[in-house]
Amino acid sequence: MVESPPPLFEYLLRLGDNALVLGQRVSAWTGKGPIIEEDLALANVALDLLGEARSWLSLAGAVEGLGRDEDALAMRRDAPEFRNVLLVEQPNGDYADTMARQFLFDAWHLPLLRVLARSSDARVAEVAHASAPEAAYHLERSREWVIRLGDGTEESHRRMASAIDRLWPYTGELFESDALEQTLARDGVAVDHSELRLPWRATVLETLAEATIDLPADGWHHSGGRRGMHSEHLSYLLSEMQYLEHRHPELKW
Amino acid sequence: MYTQLVDTEAKRLRSRSELSEPEQLFQARLDAEQKIEPGDDMPEAYRRTLIRQISQHAHSEWVGMLPEGNWITRAPTLARKCILLAKVQDEGGHALYLYAAAETLGVARETLIEELHAGNAKYSSIFNYPTLTWADVGAIGWLVDGAAIMNQIPLCRCSYGPYARAMVRICKEESFHQRQGYDLMLALCRGAPEQKQMAQDALDRWWWPAVMMFGPPDESSPHTAQSKAWRIKLYTNDELRQKFIDQSVPQADYLGLKVPDAALKWNEASGHYDFGTIPWDEFFRVVQGDGPCNRDRLDTRREAWEGGRWVREAATAHAVKTAARRRDTHATAPGSNGVSP
Repeated sequence: MVESPPPLFEYLLRLGDNALVLGQRVSAWTGKGPIIEEDLALANVALDLLGEARSWLSLAGAVEGLGRDEDALAMRRDAPEFRNVLLVEQPNGDYADTMARQFLFDAWHLPLLRVLARSSDARVAEVAHASAPEAAYHLERSREWVIRLGDGTEESHRRMASAIDRLWPYTGELFESDALEQTLARDGVAVDHSELRLPWRATVLETLAEATIDLPADGWHHSGGRRGMHSEHLSYLLSEMQYLEHRHPELKW
Repeated sequence: MYTQLVDTEAKRLRSRSELSEPEQLFQARLDAEQKIEPGDDMPEAYRRTLIRQISQHAHSEWVGMLPEGNWITRAPTLARKCILLAKVQDEGGHALYLYAAAETLGVARETLIEELHAGNAKYSSIFNYPTLTWADVGAIGWLVDGAAIMNQIPLCRCSYGPYARAMVRICKEESFHQRQGYDLMLALCRGAPEQKQMAQDALDRWWWPAVMMFGPPDESSPHTAQSKAWRIKLYTNDELRQKFIDQSVPQADYLGLKVPDAALKWNEASGHYDFGTIPWDEFFRVVQGDGPCNRDRLDTRREAWEGGRWVREAATAHAVKTAARRRDTHATAPGSNGVSP
């Protein structure tokens, strides 16, 4: 009989995969931003997220105890085994799409890390504590871009409003909570994600108002990333990221 | 080098007696190894040559983000991905310092970028070659950054202050990049046979383009004498090339790789390596626009710039609106300090 993996392993994959997939997406901008300063900033954000992903995935491997390290988890799992939310795997699109995706994620990521920094599991608290200041900078930056583009020119307003509108149905998933999370939350290890909705909503309301963008109506939302049910985009992202591992399995680089 | 064939507007170096009095005074400052600073008097040809040289260097860093950037999303491990991403980010940073150094000479960054996109400005020939495998990332770090350092370390002592100071910081980062590239090659050479083959193939393709980065042989470099007199070039192309080859061959030996030059041989008498015929036809072809990636590189740069125009316009429009609101707040609120909430 196969033993099911520890709940904490599963939870750490969710955290690690969010950071990894978004870091991979943002890193694809490198050298192609609208101005050099943005190239540097985008690379910084991608580096922070990839660094965070490495910490969560290393910890996940240690918790699992089967000898898988960060690279085994990043490079040798297929899409159904990834546990990220669907928002982060959405394509880069234009600068408004990228910044809207970043903002909607950052406004959730920061309060999440701040709570996890007080986790009863010292290892979780340590990673969250180290990543929270980076996430605070990401939010400050993505928030400014949502405002700048929303309250910029007619064209930039149209693009940002449409990006927020398109991505909105991917935000509901951020606040879903399941038995695994609730158990970990009860033990003080993790956080019940439904509790993040209030702080997220406050940031989003205030930012969109300043950006002169109407808040989209809540309705049906996409879901499934945390159960391995992804959008069509993820397997392309993975086949690119895992190209060398597929071509030359199990080598040291 | 990151700068090649920089035109000094002088076919030959004039003797001291041919210089005007201000030019003689300027030359005396250079000979005394004084730094020239942005507000100082300087001959127009010196200023224009520096703009060409520094902007070519900046363009090289900026375009140079693309060949290695090609592998960021496919790096084989997360650690290698972060190292590569940070390296390419450094190159963007170098471009930024260098455009800023050029701006001290009275030319706007946007003007220089438009010149690049119009095809009127050069960047190093090396970035017109493709990165075909992961090993190319290592070969570029080891050889291309290695060659860049050869030229740029002396430039830390060049006559123009802002350029010299930019070089100090850039060289620190470049030498780190070179070690990272070599470390990547070492991992491949100590790995499986297919990895070592990948490393050898990369060396085979990058060796001659790297050797040619230093620019044409001294006898075909009419501007070297003037650049040296102005102390914006401290060694000749051939001197630097020899130094690069002497340094790189033992490094290739240590990796267990073969440098693709049948004529390469240690010369006991000269204390240097003798090397074979350099394919200069290829160099001039690539410099003139017909390399494997010239069109792709410029197209990518133009698309990013044009595609980002609406973003830059929005940022400006928003800044204007914010400033206007701040003024309104200030006007309607007596005693306000003008700082918007």
